[in-house]
Amino acid sequence: MRDTAETPLLSIDRLTVAAGGSTIVEDVSFVIHEGETLGLVGESGCGKSVTALSVMRLLPEPPMRFTSGSIRLKDKDLLSLREEELRAIRGDQVSMIFQEPMTSLNPVFTIGNQISEAVLLHRDVSREQAEARAVELLDRVGIPAARSALTRYPHELSGGQRQRVMIAMALACDPELLIADEPTTALDVTVQAQILELLDDLRRNTGMAVLLITHDLGVVSQYCDRVAVMYGGRIVEQASAETLFAAPQHRYTEALLATIPASNPPGTRLPAISGTVPPPGKRPPGCSFHPRCQAKIDICARELPELSGEEHLTRCWNPAT
Amino acid sequence: MSLLEIQNLSKTYPGAEGKPVQAVSDVSLSVEPGEVVGIVGESGCGKSTLGRSLLRLIQPSGGRILFEGKDITDLSRHQLKTFRRDMQIVFQDPFGSLNPRHTVGTIISEPLKVHGIGTREKQKARVDELLSIVGLPEDAASRYPHKFSGGQRQRIAIARALALEPKLLVADEAVSALDVSIQSQIINLIADLQKRLSLAILFISHDLSVIRHVSDRIAVMYLGRIVEIGPAEEIMNAPKHPYTQALISAIPRPNVPRAERVVLKGELPDPSDPPTGCAFHARCPKVMEICKTKRPELIKRATGGGQRETACHLYEAA
Repeated sequence: MRDTAETPLLSIDRLTVAAGGSTIVEDVSFVIHEGETLGLVGESGCGKSVTALSVMRLLPEPPMRFTSGSIRLKDKDLLSLREEELRAIRGDQVSMIFQEPMTSLNPVFTIGNQISEAVLLHRDVSREQAEARAVELLDRVGIPAARSALTRYPHELSGGQRQRVMIAMALACDPELLIADEPTTALDVTVQAQILELLDDLRRNTGMAVLLITHDLGVVSQYCDRVAVMYGGRIVEQASAETLFAAPQHRYTEALLATIPASNPPGTRLPAISGTVPPPGKRPPGCSFHPRCQAKIDICARELPELSGEEHLTRCWNPAT
Repeated sequence: MSLLEIQNLSKTYPGAEGKPVQAVSDVSLSVEPGEVVGIVGESGCGKSTLGRSLLRLIQPSGGRILFEGKDITDLSRHQLKTFRRDMQIVFQDPFGSLNPRHTVGTIISEPLKVHGIGTREKQKARVDELLSIVGLPEDAASRYPHKFSGGQRQRIAIARALALEPKLLVADEAVSALDVSIQSQIINLIADLQKRLSLAILFISHDLSVIRHVSDRIAVMYLGRIVEIGPAEEIMNAPKHPYTQALISAIPRPNVPRAERVVLKGELPDPSDPPTGCAFHARCPKVMEICKTKRPELIKRATGGGQRETACHLYEAA
């Protein structure tokens, strides 16, 4: 069991993000400890990417505004830092990788150049030392013939290799936290498995923490220590991966797990969730899942439940277990 | 007689630097009336080219396509028109496949107009009927596609595909772009329609758990060829081809421990420079000498193969 007195690496407390008149992310709290993988899971528009970008302070402000709450990285309050202080953290203490590596890599520079740049930005080393570091990193992420790979351009690489290069760049300064936003969604299933195994090995060997953002429940269950499920801009359930998948409490988590083909015998009718995810600005009052919920009771439409519990937190008036 | 029979179908594209790319090689496959055949494979395996070739949306480079016994491989556009009534396709991207300037009613009635079916009133009534079949409100007909969510747009695309009461539907990654909760709604809809209209469906997807759920038979493709084909249960419960085994083990599933996963090395080879022998040999955990030089045939295998055909040297020919 983890020592709960230990200061978390990242601690988000009651974060609310708004744009224009709509609340995008509301009252989101979670912590990540060193060496831990937290999965943030949910469907399109649930607020998971906005939460991740908030940690990096990469949201356009305005229109986005942090209306309340805090994000702390160890002893630093990220919401009060100035841009140059944030730049010192991004790519150093905290790195991020995205779904589509092609758009995150610069097509006119070699990958050696781009990785060295990431090193030079944060470390006082010579160009030769930075290049040696790039070779070491490419080797670590499984790019064959790392030295000769330095001179290649992004378009010469496959999607899986590009994602490996992105990971190498993200690791350039041994980050304490890696934020991975749908890192394998654009990849084929056999390549997805390779990248997830790579991230898991790196986490084990370096002790970095990983915030893994995904819509894929299977990925979360196999690669995360703890899971936070988001719906309609809020965290609706949070628990260890084992507990969450064995005994989901929130009716949304329960329905989501029940509806996927892998949970059902072939050819049977899938227990579908009716309706669609409400977009920000059109979220209903009370529990935002209530219009689609099979187990709703009177109070669900009127009052928003609190996220409550000790180890297993749920925001539900009529939980499953 | 099979509804659809594909014999030795091939499609070659001219590639960069004069090297042709063999997207589909020597694929033979049949679909019976009312049957759902799943085609699964990763990007670049040729599954979409196969789906489009058999509808003649792409002209195949070799092989034959028989629909209800009639050879449609070389029919002219004009001659094809009658067959097109019976074969329809639904694509992955419901945003790209619906004309944003047309109302949903116009989009769904388009095939009826093209084929001169019914009066204006009858067409309108048919649109209403189709909307109700796919679970959209009646007033949807007068609205434009952008007013609808991704799942609803896919319902519109399905309604259009069904307008002419086709016998065969090709669903090319039809649920892949949808959110989990919406994906199951559309899978249920397709399954309901399949039963109700005794549709035959060629269900193309990279997602084996979806394929397993909907298919009677499954064909696994790798680099342009079918490497294993057979009844869905046999393929999923006892895959024989090492690629099928890896594909099944790579699906991350909730509540299934990660323990004994086969993680393949490398990626799909370059289709303009395919490996000799079995195209999978460089990534295969069970590769033998013969695999590097001789391509295994897709045939019934002796040991515990059941109904399926497997293209792999690990097993003796039956």
